Amino acid sequence: MSNEKINVDVEYLTRVEGHGNIKVNAKDGQIEKCEWQVIETPRYFESMVVDHSWKELHHITSRICGICSIGHTLASLKATEAAMGIEISDQDKLLRKLALHAENLQSHILHVGYLALPDLMGEGSVIPLASSHPEELKTVIRLHRLANEMSNLICGRTTHPQRLIPGGFSKIPTERQLSELKGKLKNSFNDLMAVADLCEAKADKFPDFKRETEFISLTNEEEYAFYDGQVRSTDTGISPVVDYKDITNEFVVNQSTAKYARNNRQSYMVGALARLNNNYDQLSPMAKGVAERFNLKPVNHNPFMNNIAQLVEVVHNIRDSIKQIDKLLDGGLEPQDDYYEPKVEVKEGRGIGAVEVPRGILFHDYTYNEEGTCTAGNCVIPTNQNHANIQQDMEKLAPSLINQGKEEDEIELNLEMLVRAYDPCISCSTHFLDVEFVE
Amino acid sequence: MKPKVAFFDFAGCEGDQLQVANLEEKLLDLLELVEVVNFREVISQKSDDYDIAFIEGSIASDHDAERLEGIRENADVLVALGSCAAIGGINSIRNSQDPQKVKDRVYGEDADKIEAWDKAKAVDAVVDVDHYIYGCPIDQDEFVHVVESLVQGKEPNIPTYPVCVECKMNENVCVFARNGGDGNVSSARREVQVPGSQKVEQGPFCLGPVTRAGCDSKCVNEGTTCWGCRGLVDNPNQNAHKKVLDKYGLTVEEVINKFNLYFGWQQEERKDE
Repeated sequence: MSNEKINVDVEYLTRVEGHGNIKVNAKDGQIEKCEWQVIETPRYFESMVVDHSWKELHHITSRICGICSIGHTLASLKATEAAMGIEISDQDKLLRKLALHAENLQSHILHVGYLALPDLMGEGSVIPLASSHPEELKTVIRLHRLANEMSNLICGRTTHPQRLIPGGFSKIPTERQLSELKGKLKNSFNDLMAVADLCEAKADKFPDFKRETEFISLTNEEEYAFYDGQVRSTDTGISPVVDYKDITNEFVVNQSTAKYARNNRQSYMVGALARLNNNYDQLSPMAKGVAERFNLKPVNHNPFMNNIAQLVEVVHNIRDSIKQIDKLLDGGLEPQDDYYEPKVEVKEGRGIGAVEVPRGILFHDYTYNEEGTCTAGNCVIPTNQNHANIQQDMEKLAPSLINQGKEEDEIELNLEMLVRAYDPCISCSTHFLDVEFVE
Repeated sequence: MKPKVAFFDFAGCEGDQLQVANLEEKLLDLLELVEVVNFREVISQKSDDYDIAFIEGSIASDHDAERLEGIRENADVLVALGSCAAIGGINSIRNSQDPQKVKDRVYGEDADKIEAWDKAKAVDAVVDVDHYIYGCPIDQDEFVHVVESLVQGKEPNIPTYPVCVECKMNENVCVFARNGGDGNVSSARREVQVPGSQKVEQGPFCLGPVTRAGCDSKCVNEGTTCWGCRGLVDNPNQNAHKKVLDKYGLTVEEVINKFNLYFGWQQEERKDE
C-alpha cells in the first residue's frame, strides 16, 4: 500500500446535520492534506436577533437547529431571564428539565438508531434495516416515537417548541398526561435493553482509537447536569458560566465557515462523552450498568465511544424523567390559566444562558436595552467547540489507518464514522463573531 | 416503477427533513409509493437520477444557486419544503437589515472573507418551483398529502385562507382579546398597562389574520400566537380575515408590518409588484 496514492474526498458527508467535507491526500504513506471542512452558507443569527423584542428571541434562535431547537429555546430563555432578573417557579424548572430530557432522547435515539447503527450493521442507511433487521428497527422506532411524544407533551411540538416562553410555560400538561407518560417511560426498559444488546453485539465494530484531549461540560452538585450548572473541564476545573468566552476562545481557520474553539490545548470535546467523563458518578445506576457493559469509564479518550455515551445517557434520561415526573406529581401540579403569559418586568441588561444539549454545552448571550429590544447577541454552539477536536482526531487517525495498510474505502468509512460519532450539527455551528483568521 | 425522490438542503436548520424522519412507521408506508435516492441527513446513497426533488432552506450564495440550478435540470418536479425554501423564512429577517452591518456584526474585520448574498432568497427567486409545502417546521400530514398527490398525478390541496379560520374551528380565545379579555378597541390597539408600574407595553399580537392556514393553528392552540411561519395568505388584501381585523380596528398592512420574522422576502416581492 505504501507506494500508492490515497485520496479520500467526501463531499457533503451524509447522515449528519449540515454540510461538511472530508479531504485526505496521501502519497507513499505520507499525508499531504488532511482536513475536516465545513462549507455551510452562513445564516447570521447574531445579527438577526438585533432590533428584535425579548418576546421573539427564543422563537428566532430556535431556528438555529431543527434537531436541538428545544435546547436553543431554553438557552435563549435563560439568557433573557438572566438579563432581566426573571425567576421561574420550581414547577417550571422541573418541566424544563423534562423538556431537555425529551430532546436528548429524540436526538440520541435518532443518532444511535438511525444514523450510526447502519454503520455497525454494514448498511448505507436505516432504510435497508426494514427488511434485514425488522424487529430491531421497530424497537428503535418505538423509542424514537416515545421521545417525540414526550417532546410534544411538554413543549407543544417536537421541533421548534411553542410552550416554552420567557418566565415559564404558555401551557402545561395535566397530571393525568404526566402519569401516562411515566407509564410509557417505564415500559420502555425492555426496548432500551434490546438496543443496548444490539450495540454490545457489534461493539467490536467501534475502532479502537485513543487520543488524549480535554472534555468540557456543565456540572452540578445536585444532579447529572443538563439544565443548570457551572462549567467543568477535565483540564482546568470549574468556572462560572459568565466566563464562557475565556473557556471557548473561538477562532477561525480558512478551511471552515464555522469557528473552532480551544481552551487548555489545541482542541477540546463537548457532548455525551464529555458529560459522562465529567459527571459519571451522578448517572442513574441503570445507566452506569450499561456503561459497564461497554467498559466505558471516566476519563475515556476514544471519540467513537461518544455513541455509547449517548446510549448510556438515553437510559439516564428515561430514569431521571420518571424521577422528575414523580416530583411534579407528589406535590400536585399547580394549575395555570390557558394562554398563560408570565408577568415580566422588562429591564435593560446582559444575560448569559447555558444548557447541555445533545451535542454538548451551549451558550446564548444577549444584551437588551430598556425597551427590551436586543442590541447584541452571541451564541456558542457545541459543534463549533468540537470542530478542532475532529480535525485533531483526523490527523491522528488517518496516518494510523494508512500505516495499517487499510484500503481507501475502509479509510473513508472510518473517517466518516469518526465525524458521525461526534453527531455534528453543522448548520448551527456556522456563524462567526470577533473572528481572527489563523493560517 | 416507483418515482425517485431526492431531498436537498440549503441554508436552514434541517427541521423539515427531520419532520420526514419523524414520520416513523408512516415513512415506511411512504416508501411503498416512492424510492428515496437522496436524503443526506439520513442515508448515505447519492444519485443524480430522480423525478421529484424536495428543496429545504433558503438560497444565499452563488454556490447555492449553481447547485440549485443543477437540481432543477435533473428533476421533473421541484417542491419547496418549509418556510426557508418556500418564502425565505426566518433567514430573511436580515434582508431588512443593512447588509454591511449584518456582516460586521457577525464577521468583524473579516467581513469580506465570506461570500454570501446580501439577502436570503426563496427558492423561486432562482428557479421555477412546482409546489410549495409551507411551515416552520412543515406539517407532517401535509407532507404526506403532497407526496401522495404527486404520485397520483393530482394537484395537492394547500389552504388559501388565513389561520383565523382554523383557529375559530379550534375554539381558541382570540389572541387580540387576551390580556384582560375585554377585547375592546383600546386594548386591541395593543397597548397594555404593565401591572404595578407606569409602563405601557404592547399587548399580544397575532399574525393569524394574514397568514396561510394549514397548521391547524398549532401555535395559538399551544398558548402562544401565530408568528406567520407559513407566509402570507394569497392576496392578503382580499383574503385576510377581515372580521378579526375590523373588530380590533387593524389594517392588513399594519398586521403584516407588525413583526417581521417570516415575511421579509414576500414583502419585497409585494413591493416589486
